[in-house]
Amino acid sequence: MSLDFTFMAKYWEMFLQGAWVTLQLSFFGVLLGTVFGIFLALMKISKVWVFRALSSTYIEIIRGTPMLVQVFIIYFGLVPFGLELTKFEAGIAALTINSAAYMAEVFRAGINAIDKGQAEAARSLGMSHGMTLRHIILPQAFRNMLPAIGNEFIIIVKDSSLVSTIGAAEIMYTARTVQGAAFKPLEPLLVAAAMYFVLTFTLSKLLSALERRLQKR
Amino acid sequence: MIRVSGLRKSFGKNEILKGIDTEIKKGEVVVVIGPSGSGKSTFLRCLNRLEEPTGGQIWFEEQQLTGKQSDLNRIRQRMGMVFQQFNLFPHMSVMDNLTLAPRKLKNQSKGAAEKIAMELLKSVGLEDKASAYPDSLSGGQKQRIAIARALAMEPAMILFDEPTSALDPEMVGEVLDVMKRLAKNGMTMVIVTHEMGFAREVGDRLIFMDGGVIVEEGDPRAIFENPQHSRTKDFLSKVL
Repeated sequence: MSLDFTFMAKYWEMFLQGAWVTLQLSFFGVLLGTVFGIFLALMKISKVWVFRALSSTYIEIIRGTPMLVQVFIIYFGLVPFGLELTKFEAGIAALTINSAAYMAEVFRAGINAIDKGQAEAARSLGMSHGMTLRHIILPQAFRNMLPAIGNEFIIIVKDSSLVSTIGAAEIMYTARTVQGAAFKPLEPLLVAAAMYFVLTFTLSKLLSALERRLQKR
Repeated sequence: MIRVSGLRKSFGKNEILKGIDTEIKKGEVVVVIGPSGSGKSTFLRCLNRLEEPTGGQIWFEEQQLTGKQSDLNRIRQRMGMVFQQFNLFPHMSVMDNLTLAPRKLKNQSKGAAEKIAMELLKSVGLEDKASAYPDSLSGGQKQRIAIARALAMEPAMILFDEPTSALDPEMVGEVLDVMKRLAKNGMTMVIVTHEMGFAREVGDRLIFMDGGVIVEEGDPRAIFENPQHSRTKDFLSKVL
């Protein structure tokens, strides 16, 4: 059996559009997931037990349930409650909700790994809790966490393929469509795989370049 | 300058400080010695509330430091601290270590803050290290930078928590020299230390702590030569 990619002449534009959707899903998933993740991490190390409890509960529930189920709940399950999201919005919401839980754990571990003396030195100079986090703790934690954050980014890019199940026209959805339209079972999937790989590999290279730059300082 | 009354601190069921009363005057250099576990570091760390006292009161420059409504961040700007482990910020250059707090907290301009920082670096003999990162410095250099960082906030008083205990022996002298100079220039200092020679030479007053209380206090030379309390005698006989 030989591989036949001639269908690409007709469908390449569709794939490119799919890649663009995947890129947008990933970008917003990463961005919002990081923001909410920091927020959750700060709640989890807070002195206020209500914050800690809320954050822990959220993280446990999200990590303990499949993302596919989360995607379906957000897109189909919330309609009776009057929340009708577009496929794209639902996709971003699911990726954000999911990645925030994992990011929170990465951030929490990174913050806890910074020596207590750092915060004490900053506070002893008169800096507030917030300033200490922003100028002393987070910059150091971020550098240590970069490999783990990179991992999480890559997972988000790949997990965005799950959004194809609600019909968002990203790479995976496009591949499935082309499979049917071109009567090719394998080749469109290989194209999809290659596209995901290019995305994640580029991301991974960008992150290690950033890591090197921070290391050099 | 600072007044302490009935200061208590417990960690769980373990009572570390069992009622400390003392007063430190402007320009005074108070040296705190005592066996490990005597509560001397905890006492020091209570003075700027890095440890939260369980009981008692502290006044600093006529402001109550204990109590919920006190502006702790503002008070800490006036009360520097130097740590055993230096605690320089490793992701910043020496210059940024010195200028961050003055710029953010006292709204000093970059230029003004750097000028002051450069003067301070000169005074600790490290003006050539302004652009270096803490990783590249020796322990003695780090501690001198840490002292300069505390001074950059122009505090009224500095707390020293065993500033030479983490240093190699050959670097102890350079740090003590800087501290001696500070003392001579009239800085109010509270120093927890194991350096008995330094305590005797520089201290205006010596506090000997054991078991969470002040056992004996007074003129360092007098106490070293003629300790009144048996626990002081016992301790001094071991360390001298």
